[in-house]
Amino acid sequence: MGIEDLLLGFQVAVTPHNIVVAILGVGLGTIIGVLPGLGGANGVAILLPLTFTMPPTSAIILLTSIYWGALFGGAITSILFNIPGEPWSVATTFDGYPLAQQGQGGQALTAAFTSSFVGAFFSIVLITFFAAPLAEIALKFGPPDFFAIQLLTFSSFVGLGGGNPLKSLVSIVFGFMLASVGLDIVTGQLRLTFGVTDLMKGFDFIVAVIGLFGIGEILLSVEEGLRFQGARTGMKLSVVFDTWKILPRYWRTFVRGSFIGFWMGFKPGGATPASFMSYAFAKRFSRNPERFGKGELEGVVAPETAAHAAGVAAMLPMITLGIPGSPTAAVMLGGLIIWGLQPGPMLFVEQREFVWGLIASMYTGNIIGVAMVLAFVPFFAAILRIPFAILTPVIVVVCAVGAYAVHNAMIDIWYMLLFGVVGYVFKKLDYPLAPLVLALVLGDLAENALRQSLIMSQGSLEIFFTRPIAAVITGLAILFFALPVITPWWRSRRAGVAPPSA
Amino acid sequence: MRAADLTTAVVLFLLAGVVLADALRLGIGWGTDGPKSGFFPFWLAVVGMVTCAVIAAQAARRRAKGTFVTREQARPVLKVLGPAAALVLAMQFVGLYVAAGVYIGLYMHWIGRHAWWLVALLSVAIPVITFVIFERWFLVPMPKGPLEDWLGY
Repeated sequence: MGIEDLLLGFQVAVTPHNIVVAILGVGLGTIIGVLPGLGGANGVAILLPLTFTMPPTSAIILLTSIYWGALFGGAITSILFNIPGEPWSVATTFDGYPLAQQGQGGQALTAAFTSSFVGAFFSIVLITFFAAPLAEIALKFGPPDFFAIQLLTFSSFVGLGGGNPLKSLVSIVFGFMLASVGLDIVTGQLRLTFGVTDLMKGFDFIVAVIGLFGIGEILLSVEEGLRFQGARTGMKLSVVFDTWKILPRYWRTFVRGSFIGFWMGFKPGGATPASFMSYAFAKRFSRNPERFGKGELEGVVAPETAAHAAGVAAMLPMITLGIPGSPTAAVMLGGLIIWGLQPGPMLFVEQREFVWGLIASMYTGNIIGVAMVLAFVPFFAAILRIPFAILTPVIVVVCAVGAYAVHNAMIDIWYMLLFGVVGYVFKKLDYPLAPLVLALVLGDLAENALRQSLIMSQGSLEIFFTRPIAAVITGLAILFFALPVITPWWRSRRAGVAPPSA
Repeated sequence: MRAADLTTAVVLFLLAGVVLADALRLGIGWGTDGPKSGFFPFWLAVVGMVTCAVIAAQAARRRAKGTFVTREQARPVLKVLGPAAALVLAMQFVGLYVAAGVYIGLYMHWIGRHAWWLVALLSVAIPVITFVIFERWFLVPMPKGPLEDWLGY
């Protein structure tokens, strides 16, 4: 356990073949992260069909490398183009874009990449130590415990996700409904198909991801006109080293961001609040908070550290519990199932090489990633200078190819368009998309856990409160679900009865 | 914004109602060996309908604030969505590669006003590259039409 396992992992991850796979993945991922309309989740979804013929370890290294690349790429668009590719890059634009406008783009990018790397590395080290013990505990879990964890997963979207909690709930419910369309594998009955043959196959989450995040995002981004605009940057090696001399000054922000990121990140939907929280803390503890928002380097360091730490931490529940912490992790979980692996704690027993290869590849992938983005920023930034009328149709075609490749079905491309429109409307009305995707992926698992629990208890819901592990987690989940009601009540009580002295 | 919020909530409410109806048909109670097929969807539909009703009520009470989409915003959105829908429709008859070539070419000409040689180059090159990557390297078949038949694929 521990070091030997990690060494085994490095033997898997550091083969010439897998290194090349990682370099390819990071390169592709960064391009995907830079391109509008393509992000981590749907980039991985589009490329998933290409991995069906690969060995699982190389396949997961490719997909995770794409994920790291996309995280780095997101920083490039946020800083140079003021376009946050992902919701957790929004906070990076606050100070990153002003810096780029002041001609400090190189400095901002170096700070962003370095922070991302530090945050990611922190989370990877924690995963290395905590993954195996967590999986060991999870081996003792039964269906009620797993259902309780699912409940906790979704309750954290409602309670901690921000925005309108009711709309989060609606997204979750409709994700589950979409998941239940088609054949019920337990009873063999057809559900919600209404005699339509095309509905029998159900809705594939990959198609939903490509539509919601790909097409939907493009539609949203073109509202301001059919073009993309950005600041120019000169990226010289001297700028990188000069910035590295400044960065140690912000070590407190690095540490704080890493902890916030990891803590928020292994719960679903955590990356976005983590980045904002880290930014807010950095501003509060800064000696010159008035410079935040106008081009303060620390304002780039804080959200990037937290977002990347959270992005990596999202992998922890995926490999140990089989419950993904982010939409991208959800797509990878779908990949595991397609490659014939059973996600969850048994992976650590049955597929040690795979799991530890994956963990080791997180180290190599992020090192390769930070080196590549620092070296090739001008190239990646140049992608966004490709004229709009060329880039957009190509992205649409790539999305269509990805959607079709899942099942070789034409209907999936129509679903993709439909999900694109749904994604556009939902985004505009503040319905969060991540819980919908997670519910669609986890639908069958959650429903089966619920059914098995109820069979164990002869139909009584008490089973979720009598087993110790399930009881604690269910209790926490109920608390999270109730948070949107409790918080305003608590605030008004405190404000009314005893005015806060602090 | 208010009208769009209301409409969406009502549409989602009705969809949840459809789910509810099908769940009732399947049976929501206890079968011979556990909950029936409709059990889970039933409770989803109940939660969905209640939540959508509350959202609709919230939206109805709120004063109208901003527009969902202005005419200036809608035009570029439709200029992306319309051609994309045409692409998917064309794909069913001529296959992905030909449809993609024509789509990229027309889009570049219509929106970008690019030079004809660039339009011609890219509308041939991109489908060919896609073809090589997917059909040759990764053996993932895409929808094909008469042209591919004629070429012998």
